[in-house]
Amino acid sequence: MQVLIPTPLRSYTNEQRMVEANGATLAALLDDLDRRYPGIRFRIIDEQERMRRHVRFFVNGDQVFDLGRSLEPHDEVFIVQALSGG
Amino acid sequence: MAVRKKATKRSTARSRAGTARRAQGKALVLVATRKGAWLYHGDPARKSWRADGPHFLGHIVNHVMLDPRDGRTLLAAAKTGHLGPTVFRSTDLGGTWKEAARPPAFAKAAESGQPTLRGRSVDHTFWLTPGHASEPGVWYAGTSPQGLFRSQDGGVTWEPLSSINEDPQYREWMGSEQDGTPDGPKLHSILIDPRDPAHLYFAMSSGGVHESRDGGATWQVLVKGMQVVDGFDPAVITFHDPHCVRMCPTNPDRLYQQNHCGIYRIDRPADEWVRVGRKMPKRVGDVGFPMVVHPRDADRLWVFPMDGGSVWPRTSPEGLPAVYTTRNGGKTWQRLSDGLPPREAWWTVKRQAMTADAQDPVGLYFGTTSGELWASRDEGARWACIASHLPEIYAVEAANLA
Repeated sequence: MQVLIPTPLRSYTNEQRMVEANGATLAALLDDLDRRYPGIRFRIIDEQERMRRHVRFFVNGDQVFDLGRSLEPHDEVFIVQALSGG
Repeated sequence: MAVRKKATKRSTARSRAGTARRAQGKALVLVATRKGAWLYHGDPARKSWRADGPHFLGHIVNHVMLDPRDGRTLLAAAKTGHLGPTVFRSTDLGGTWKEAARPPAFAKAAESGQPTLRGRSVDHTFWLTPGHASEPGVWYAGTSPQGLFRSQDGGVTWEPLSSINEDPQYREWMGSEQDGTPDGPKLHSILIDPRDPAHLYFAMSSGGVHESRDGGATWQVLVKGMQVVDGFDPAVITFHDPHCVRMCPTNPDRLYQQNHCGIYRIDRPADEWVRVGRKMPKRVGDVGFPMVVHPRDADRLWVFPMDGGSVWPRTSPEGLPAVYTTRNGGKTWQRLSDGLPPREAWWTVKRQAMTADAQDPVGLYFGTTSGELWASRDEGARWACIASHLPEIYAVEAANLA
């Protein structure tokens, strides 16, 4: 499925905005993303499997808070950075 | 993540190596800031400086360190406001950077062997210390919240030291997220005895000073003589707030410490710290963050006092920045402010942001919270600003290129 990569993570994806990755759940999708782009997962999910505080995940336009959220092959996943910081 | 800077600003890795060869005997000052890192290359006289940067523009960089064992490997501890913490590594003095394959991260709660302890996540790697000369590739890192990590492969992969990170007693001493500095409690001042790679120290702000003689397998508390904030019990390790601890290179039995509550010295095997800061002028006091020792003279050190009165302004006392030095292990102190702003300068210097090179006379460097880099070529007698308008400076390290 297609995954939108936010600008701060495009150094991992050769500056690609949309990339292909697969998984039956959001967690599995992020594992696949990390296999393709090593290191990307830890920047957005911490070592206790928590979404980092200023990173947001959307599936088909709806914000998702659960890494166990199931995904269908045609789903569209957006990873975005929260409007926070200074 | 491999990071390559724009061609317009950087030369290729090949020509960078050439620059390094031409830089024999030159000084290098590594500056880590809230918005990126800069490398300042000095001429042999340390009069003119060439800025190389920004590296990691927009990253919060807490520390950049050169590996003195090879003179070319740099590690940088970085994160952004949004992304998690990582470590970048360069083997060509910053020409190219590559991310650590496994940056410092705590054990998962379920795998820590201590099911009663809450699982923690590293907010940022704060402190980097190259290992002993006999152990190439070994590095130590301190994090916020407090954690101790070791790499055995030059900083590519990092392992947590469970003797600290998952020890119930240490976890109690680390206190809560509120028992630390405004951007989180930190493990810092990781010191390695040049005579014995298994003899280590570290400090926690808050959480005291600790020593190991078996390479980090077991630890002992070293806080006797250290004071805590009035009204608190010094028997409670959590209340001890060492800001910066340094070991004298030519006398590793002597440590100096800048604490939340004064300046201290200890001469091992004694186990009691002595508050040598009592001899500082009363109107300046002995509160501060950085502590710098002389590369060859164990009686010589430098501090940068700050205002720790009332609400803890953390500015230069009375808006008058000054370095203080002692030439006799803290018996007497002298003010060194020639060249520094004579009035209305309200910045201060963070605990990693002041350092010395190894030249003769010793060069001193500090970076300010207001983004200025100051240097002295004569052991602090006279100061000059060598860079300004940088972001808030978090760390300054000096190295002589091999």
